[in-house]
Amino acid sequence: MTPQERLDAHVREVVSWHFSEETGSPFWLDWARGAGWNPAKEVQCFEDLKRFPHFQDEWLRDEPNERWVPRAYQGRPYYVFETGGTTGMPKQRIGWNDHFYDYEEFSETLDDEFFPKGGNWLMLGPTGPRRLRLCIEHLAHVRGGVCYHVDLDPRWVKRLIADRDGASANKYKDHVVEQGATLLKNRKISCLFTTPKLLEALDEKLNVPDAGIKGVFCGGTQMTPQNVRFLVEEVLDNRAQFVPTYGNTLMGLACSRPLTSADNWSITYYAPQPRAVLRVVDPDDTDRTVGHGEWGRVELSTLTKEFFMPRFLERDEAVRREPWGRYEWDGVGEVRPFGALSTTTIEGVY
Amino acid sequence: MSIPEIPVLRQGRVYESLQKNEIKSVRTGETVAVVHQANAGLLRRDMRRIGEARRALRALPIARLLAISAQAGDLFMGGTLPLGAGAQSADEYMSQLSETSGLPYALIRRNMAKIHQVFTEMPTILKGLTRGMDLGVVDCGSGEQAGVPVSYYATTDALGVVLPSNSPGVNSLWMPAVVLKIPVVLKPGREEPWTPFRIIQAFIAAGCPPEAFSFYGTDHEGSGAVMDTCGRALIFGDEATVQRYAGNPGVQVHGPGRSKILIGKDEIERWPEFVDLIVASIVDNGGRSCVNASAVVVPAHADEIADAVARKLAAIGPRPAADATAQISGFANPKMAEFIDGAIEKDLAVPGAHDITARYRTGPRKVLLDGCTYLLPTVVRCRSFDHPLANREFLFPYASVVEMPQEKILDTIGPSLVVTAITHDPGFTDQVVGSPHVERLNLGSLPTTRVQWDQPHEGNLFEFLYRRRAIQRAA
Repeated sequence: MTPQERLDAHVREVVSWHFSEETGSPFWLDWARGAGWNPAKEVQCFEDLKRFPHFQDEWLRDEPNERWVPRAYQGRPYYVFETGGTTGMPKQRIGWNDHFYDYEEFSETLDDEFFPKGGNWLMLGPTGPRRLRLCIEHLAHVRGGVCYHVDLDPRWVKRLIADRDGASANKYKDHVVEQGATLLKNRKISCLFTTPKLLEALDEKLNVPDAGIKGVFCGGTQMTPQNVRFLVEEVLDNRAQFVPTYGNTLMGLACSRPLTSADNWSITYYAPQPRAVLRVVDPDDTDRTVGHGEWGRVELSTLTKEFFMPRFLERDEAVRREPWGRYEWDGVGEVRPFGALSTTTIEGVY
Repeated sequence: MSIPEIPVLRQGRVYESLQKNEIKSVRTGETVAVVHQANAGLLRRDMRRIGEARRALRALPIARLLAISAQAGDLFMGGTLPLGAGAQSADEYMSQLSETSGLPYALIRRNMAKIHQVFTEMPTILKGLTRGMDLGVVDCGSGEQAGVPVSYYATTDALGVVLPSNSPGVNSLWMPAVVLKIPVVLKPGREEPWTPFRIIQAFIAAGCPPEAFSFYGTDHEGSGAVMDTCGRALIFGDEATVQRYAGNPGVQVHGPGRSKILIGKDEIERWPEFVDLIVASIVDNGGRSCVNASAVVVPAHADEIADAVARKLAAIGPRPAADATAQISGFANPKMAEFIDGAIEKDLAVPGAHDITARYRTGPRKVLLDGCTYLLPTVVRCRSFDHPLANREFLFPYASVVEMPQEKILDTIGPSLVVTAITHDPGFTDQVVGSPHVERLNLGSLPTTRVQWDQPHEGNLFEFLYRRRAIQRAA
C-alpha cells in the first residue's frame, strides 16, 4: 500500500468507529444526526474529511467530557488533559493510551548514543493537568530510566506577561530553572525535556553538557532557525543532541527530521501519521492545501479510536515541506504563530 | 552594487545571524540593507564574558584612547570603512542613511560634523564630564583633583544603549564611554544601523580594541536583554519609557526634551529681533532633537510672535535629499507621520489653539515628495499652557506659543531639557538659574540647539559610569 492508501484505510476505520452506534461517542453520533449524513458510510478517504467543518476547540471546553467517550470505552476511567487557558474553564481532551503510544513510537526515533537507554530524565516543562508531564515520565520509563520533575504552571506565566509584569515572570522562571539546575547537580541525569527559553535560562545557571546532559528533547514554543542554531552550537556546544518537536495535547507529537547546518537550521516536523495528519492550508480557502515551499495555516486532524478531531485550525502557520526519509508524508517547516508578522501572541516561558 | 549586510558584532567578532531584517528605502521601498538579528539568548550569553572586553579597554592608557578617538574622527568623516563583507565610503554612508531615514544630505552632513567634533573634542568633553579632573585617574583609579585625593571605580563592565532612529547625533552620547574604558553594547534603531556601525568601525580602524564594541540588531526581547544585562544603560523613548525606568539608577532615560524659549518682560518689546533664533531653535536638525524648542513662552505679543514665526516656517518645505538647502527630514515610517498629524488635528479641535502656519500653507501639513512623507513645520498658538498642544514634542519642527505673566512662567512650564532665557532682569534670571526643572540653560540670545562640549546635559556620563569612593593612604 502507498502511504496515501494506508492513510485512507485508517480514516475509514476511525470514522466508522466514531460514527457507529456500537462504538462511537455521544458527541459525534449526535453531530451526525444533526448534519444529516452518515460519515461512517460516506467517508472513504482522507479527502472526504473535507465534508466536516473545522473542529471548534470550544467544544472541548463546553461539552461534558462524558460526551467524548466512545461507547466501546464506556466504564473505563480516563485521563483528563488540559490545553491552553489562562483563566476560566480550560479546554480538555480525554484519553486512555494514545499518549503512551505516541511516546513509545517517538522513543524509537531517539538515538541511543544521546538518549541512552537506562538514562534518567529531567522534565523541565509544564506540569499540572498537562499530558506532557505524564508523557515524559512514560518515555523515561520506556527507555529504562526515571524522570525528575519541577513544578511549572504556564498559565501563571502567561498571566504575568499579559499583565506586563516582566519582573515577576522572570522571577518565576528563575525559580523553576534553579530547581532544575539543583536536580542536575545532585542527580545523575542524561536526558532533558525542556522548552527553548528554559534551556537558555538553564544555560545561565550551569553548562548543560557539562552537567551530564547528552540529549535534549525540546518543544513548546516557536523555534526560529537562529534560535535552534544558537541552542545547538552554543548552549549545547555541539556536544548534546538537540531534538525539537512540535506537539500539543490535541495532536500528540510531531518529530523533526535531523537538524543540519546545510538546511540552515530550519526545522521540519512530521506528524505521527496516520494517527494525526497535518496539512498546510490556504487561510482564505482552507480546502486548498498550499504548494510545497509555500506558507499557510496549519490544520490538524487527529484520528485515533480514542479521539476524533477533524480539521482543527491550529494557531500556527508553517511552510509545507516535502516528505523525508521514514516520513513518507508532507512535513511542516518554520512553524510560527499564525499572523506572527502582524500580531503578538503570548507564548510565555513555555 | 550588492545589498550590504550589517552583521552582529559580538565583542568585536563578526557574527552572521540566520535571522535578518531588511531595511528599505523610504523613497522607493527597495531593500537598501540587511541587518543581522541577534536572539536575546545569544546576547545574554555574550554578556557573561563582557569582563574580557573591559579588560581589553583598560589595558590602554587614556592618552592613547584619546589619540585613537581623534584619528577615528577623521576616519569617520572621510574614510572607507568595513561594512559587512564590503566597505563603505563617507558618501555611501550619507546616501544609505538618507535612503532609510529620510534625512536630507545637508542634515546628515551637519550630524557628521557633530559626531566628528565629539571624536576630536573628546578631551574637552571629558574635561566637562569630570570637571577638569586629571584623566590619569581613569587609568589608575586614584589621583588628585584640586589638591584633594580622589578615587573612582567603574560602576559597570558595559554601557548598554538602545538607540532610536530619529537622528545620527544621538550617538554622540555614548561615544565618550569608550574613551572612559567602558565597553559599549549597542542596539541600533531599526532604520538607522549605519551611524553606530560606522562609528564603531572608525574606532576599531584607529586602533581601539574590537572587543569594546558589541552591536546587536535585535527585537524587543533583545532590547530588554541589553537593558537587563548591562550594569548601566541609556534608552531613548517617550513618557511611558521615562516612567518605566524612573528610580532605576542603572538606567538613564532620554525622554521628551520639551525644550523652551522664554522671553522676559524686559526684552519682549524687542521680539522681532528674536524671530530667527526661535525659528532656528525649532527647525535645526529637522526639528528631530530633544534640544529643539517645542514651546515659546512670553509675557506679551504672543500673537505677533506666532504669526512671524509661522511666516518663516511656512517657507520651509521638503526638498530633494541632495538639495543643499533641505532643512526637514522625511519619515522612515509614513504611519508615524500620519499618527502625529492626526494627533495634532485631534487636539486642535480642543478650544484654545490655532495652527498659525495653516494660514500660510497652501495644503495639508502632511505632504509627499519623491515617495517620502513629510510633515511641514507647524506653530500653534495656545491660549493657555494647559492646552494639550502647549507642552508637546513631536518628531518634526513643531512649537507652541503661549502667553502668560512672567511671574507664573517658571511655576507653570514644568521640566525642560533646554531653556533659552532671553532676559537681563536679575530677578527673572535668578528664578531661571534656581529652577530645578531646567537641565541646560542658555542665558541670552542662543538657540536651544547650541551645544557646548564642556557642558554635558541629560545626566553626566562619567558620573553614571564611575562612582567616587573615599580614599586615604597611610603616610
